[in-house]
Amino acid sequence: MTRTTGRRSGAAPALSGQARRRRGVQRWHVAVALGALALAASASLFVGVGDLTPADLLDPDEAQARVLWTSRVPRLLAILLAGSAMAVAGLVMMHLTRNRFVSPQTAGTTEWVGLGIVVATLSFGGTSVLGKMTIGVAFALVGTAFFVWLLQRLVLTDVVVVPLVGILLGGVVSAVTTFLAYRFDLLQSVDVWMNGDFSGVLAGRYELLWLVLAATVVAYLWADRFSVAGMGESFAINLGVPYTRVVMVGLAISSIVTAIIVVSVGSIPFLGLVVPNLVTLAMGDNLRRVLPVTALTGAAFVLVCDVLARTIRYPYEVPVGMIGGVVGGVLFVWLLLRARNRAL
Amino acid sequence: MIEIESVSKSYGGVRVLDDVSLTIPTGGITSLIGANGAGKSTLLSVASRLLPADSGRVRVDGMDVATTPGPVLARRLAVLRQENAMSVRLTVRELVAFGRFPHSGGRLTREDSRQVDEALAWFELGPLADRHLDQLSGGQRQRAYVAMVMCQGTDHVLLDEPLNNLDMRHAVQMMRMLRGMADELERTVVLVVHDVNVASCYSDRIVAMREGQLVAEGPTSELMTPELLRKVFDVEVEVHELAGRRIGVPWS
Ligand SMILES: Nc1ncnc2c1ncn2[C@@H]1O[C@H](COP(=O)(O)OP(=O)(O)OP(=O)(O)O)[C@@H](O)[C@H]1O
Ligand SMILES: [Mg+2]
Repeated sequence: MTRTTGRRSGAAPALSGQARRRRGVQRWHVAVALGALALAASASLFVGVGDLTPADLLDPDEAQARVLWTSRVPRLLAILLAGSAMAVAGLVMMHLTRNRFVSPQTAGTTEWVGLGIVVATLSFGGTSVLGKMTIGVAFALVGTAFFVWLLQRLVLTDVVVVPLVGILLGGVVSAVTTFLAYRFDLLQSVDVWMNGDFSGVLAGRYELLWLVLAATVVAYLWADRFSVAGMGESFAINLGVPYTRVVMVGLAISSIVTAIIVVSVGSIPFLGLVVPNLVTLAMGDNLRRVLPVTALTGAAFVLVCDVLARTIRYPYEVPVGMIGGVVGGVLFVWLLLRARNRAL
Repeated sequence: MIEIESVSKSYGGVRVLDDVSLTIPTGGITSLIGANGAGKSTLLSVASRLLPADSGRVRVDGMDVATTPGPVLARRLAVLRQENAMSVRLTVRELVAFGRFPHSGGRLTREDSRQVDEALAWFELGPLADRHLDQLSGGQRQRAYVAMVMCQGTDHVLLDEPLNNLDMRHAVQMMRMLRGMADELERTVVLVVHDVNVASCYSDRIVAMREGQLVAEGPTSELMTPELLRKVFDVEVEVHELAGRRIGVPWS
C-alpha cells in the first residue's frame, strides 16, 4: 500500500539531487553577472562632474562626502533597484502571458503609467510624488488587466502579434497623454518624466524605490508558482496551483513595479523585455534558478547604460533611457530575427 | 474510487456529455474507449476538475472535485491531457521534479529526489534528463510528461492517450508500468486508449462511450466482443482468442 506522500518534515538536506546535478553553465553566468555588476558599480561611483576618486574615499573632505552620500550612492542604489526589479517584472510577465515578447514595455503598461502621471499632476499639482505613485500604480493595473482581457478574447496564433497589440495599445494611450499634456501645457514635463534618467536621483528623492525590492522578493518567493502557471492552466490545476490567482498576483506585481519605477526615474525601454529573454535563452525557464540571475543582469544592464550615458558627452549627460533604447533595440531586433529562424 | 454522478456538459448548445454516471472502483486499470469526438477527453477533464461540468458532480474518495482545495486534490489525483503544448523551456528533470510540487512546494526533500530519479529511470529518461523539452522527440516528450504525472505519486492517475507518439517498446513498457502500479500499489488508473487490443490486454475494466453517452461498462472479458465494438465504433471486428487474450482484428 502506498499512500500519498505528505510533506516530509524530517531534516531535509540542503542540497537535493537536483541541486547536485546543476549544470556548470549556471555558476558561470552568475559569476559573469556579478563581475560585470561590481565593475560597473564602482565605476558608477566615480563618474560625474564633482571630483571624486577612489583614493578620496579613504579621506573625503566635506564636499566629497556630500557628493558621495547625497548623489552618487543614492544614484547607484536607484540604478540597482530599478534595473533588477524591472527585469524581474518583465520575466514574470513574459511567463504568465506565456509569450516571450510581452513585457511591461510591450503591453502598454508603461504608457498607462504616463497617463496616470499626467492625470495626477492635473489633479494634485506637480509636486505630490505619492499622488503620482498612487495614480500611476492604479493606471498600470487597469492597463495591464485590459491588455490581458483583450488577449483572452483575441485568438492570436503568432507570438509576435501579441506584443504588437500591446505596443498599439500603448500608442493609443500615449496619444491621449500627449493630447492632455498639450492642452494643459505639460508637454515638456511629460517628455522628461517618461525618459529614463537617473541624474535627478538625490538622497530623499528616490526612497520609494525600495518598494520594488520588496516586490522582487515576493516574486522570488512565488517563483515556483509562476513557473507552474507558465506551464499552462491544466498543468497548474493538476499540481494544485490556483492558476487565475497566481496569474493575477504576478501581473499585479509587474504593473506595480513598473509604475513605481516610471514615476521615480522614468522608463528604460526594452529593459524588461531584452534582459529576461537573454537570460532565459541561456538558462531555461525554471524561474527559481533564473530569477536571481535576471535581477543581477538587469541591474548590470542599467548600470552600464548609465555609465555610458554619463561619459559619452562628458561633462554633459544624455538620458539613460536613450542609451537603453539603442542597446535594447538592437538586441530586441536580434531576438525577433532569432525567433523567426527558429519557427521556420 | 471515482464516482461520476449524472455529469452533463454542452458546448454552445451541443451536448458532448449527456448525463453520464459511472463509478470507477479503487485499484486496477480502466480503459475508456470510443470514437473520435465521443467525449472521452471531456469526461476525463471534468473528472479531474480541469473543466467544470454544467451539471452533476464528481467525487474522488468522497471528495467533491469542484470544492476540494486544489493542493489537497493534487496529492490524490493526477491527470495528463491529450495535448500538452508547453512553451516553457524546462529540462526533463525540472519538469519531472515539478510533479513533486504538491508534496514539497518546490523544495525537494531527499525522498522527493529519489522519486524523481526513479521516475526518470522508469521511463528511460536518464540520458535525456538535462535536455530541454523543446530538444526532444514527440515520444520522448510524451514520456517526460507521463513521468511527471507518475512522480506526483497519487492514488488516482488519469491519462488521456498516454501512448501517443510512443514506439512499440515504450508503449509496452508504459502499459506494464501502469499494470504494476495498479497491482502492487493498488492505484486507480484511468486511461483513454484508441487501440482496443491494448485495452483488452492490459485493463481490468472497459468503459465505452458514444456521442457523449455511456454505451457499456464492465470487466474487459465481457466487453471485448464483436457486438460491442460494432456498437461503439461502427466497424466489423473479429475477436479471436490468442494466447489467453482476446484480440480484435478489424482488417478482414
Ligand atoms: N472547446 C470546445 N468547444 C466546442 N466543442 C468542443 C470543445 N472541446 C470539445 N468539443 C467537442 O466535444 C466533443 C467531444 O470532444 P472530446 O475531446 O471529449 O472527444 P474525444 O472522445 O476525446 O475524441 P478524440 O478521440 O478525438 O480525442 C467533440 O465533438 C468536440 O468537437
Ligand atoms: Mg480526446
